[in-house]
Amino acid sequence: MKFDETRPIYIQIMENLKSKIARGELKPGDKLPSVRELSGKIGVNPNTIARAYSELEREGVIMTRRGQGTYVTDDPRKVTEIREEMAASALSTFLESLRALGLSRDEILSLIAKNLEEDER
Amino acid sequence: MKAALEIKGLHKRFPGVWALRGIDITLDAGRVMGLVGPNGSGKTTLLSILMGHKKPTKGEVRIFGMKPGKRVREITSYVPEIDHLYGWMTVKEMADFTAGFYRSWNPSKFRELLEFMDLNPSFKIGNLSRGMRARLKLSLALAADPKLLLLDEPLSGIDPLSRDKILEAFIKWFQFGEQTVIFSTHIVREAEKLFDYVVFLGDGEIILQGEPDELRNRYGRSIEDIMKEVYR
Repeated sequence: MKFDETRPIYIQIMENLKSKIARGELKPGDKLPSVRELSGKIGVNPNTIARAYSELEREGVIMTRRGQGTYVTDDPRKVTEIREEMAASALSTFLESLRALGLSRDEILSLIAKNLEEDER
Repeated sequence: MKAALEIKGLHKRFPGVWALRGIDITLDAGRVMGLVGPNGSGKTTLLSILMGHKKPTKGEVRIFGMKPGKRVREITSYVPEIDHLYGWMTVKEMADFTAGFYRSWNPSKFRELLEFMDLNPSFKIGNLSRGMRARLKLSLALAADPKLLLLDEPLSGIDPLSRDKILEAFIKWFQFGEQTVIFSTHIVREAEKLFDYVVFLGDGEIILQGEPDELRNRYGRSIEDIMKEVYR
């Protein structure tokens, strides 16, 4: 896992796990590596990983079963929610940069439609 | 839980110069503290005071509630930047020698570390490259299973492969949450993800201290870039 060291590491670990869930690489009920295992794998302080896990647990994305480990939530609605959340955030960044170029609503819409058509051809 | 480190108003004066001028640090046990700053900022002086090799001119220092001295040294592995290994010894002789100082010495951990570091017990220390000696220094320090580990510039002046090995071995064998470490370095990029606390030292004073993720959030920069900024 590559990090952007100018942003909090725990947030990037959260984003990374969420995008794996959104893409279906991690499925509801899948077991996650322990804090220690993940720390060794990505070379990050375990306290930082524990913080990412506890924030994700607070958000209902993952759950800890005592003595058994940490799992992706088995609530499929949560997965939809994460996908929608990530799509919304990607869309808002995208729209922001187009508006910064001075494009109007109609120009943006026609640009998207045109690009999608070309993609499908 | 008892703090690993309590330092209050620490000053150190050498003839004609204040090396430390009012250091305050409180560090919980189990933390990985990065002590960063350019050469000459006081990092090594601070570590030698913790070890009891130098006396404070003013101020209070407690390590797990104890004053610096013999009892602290028994639970601490100190890896100085200078080469303190005996060139005429073999790796095994050096290990036996080190083991004599620590009740907590862990021989099987040492064997694992040697294998990982590509070191052979029969190697003569005098024939080892700088990078290999740096690997050996860290292996000895970790195998002693100390409560406190003081690493002075463990990454500087060595080849990139040895640097990687040292960081990897640290992640693998350091017992996060149980052992406490002060990791002094002016090479920050490779190590900053390991820290959960960081102290910036400059000209004998603390310029900034805090949790790395909070600092990244506050400044929108990496710890390395913050360092470059504050020492400008």
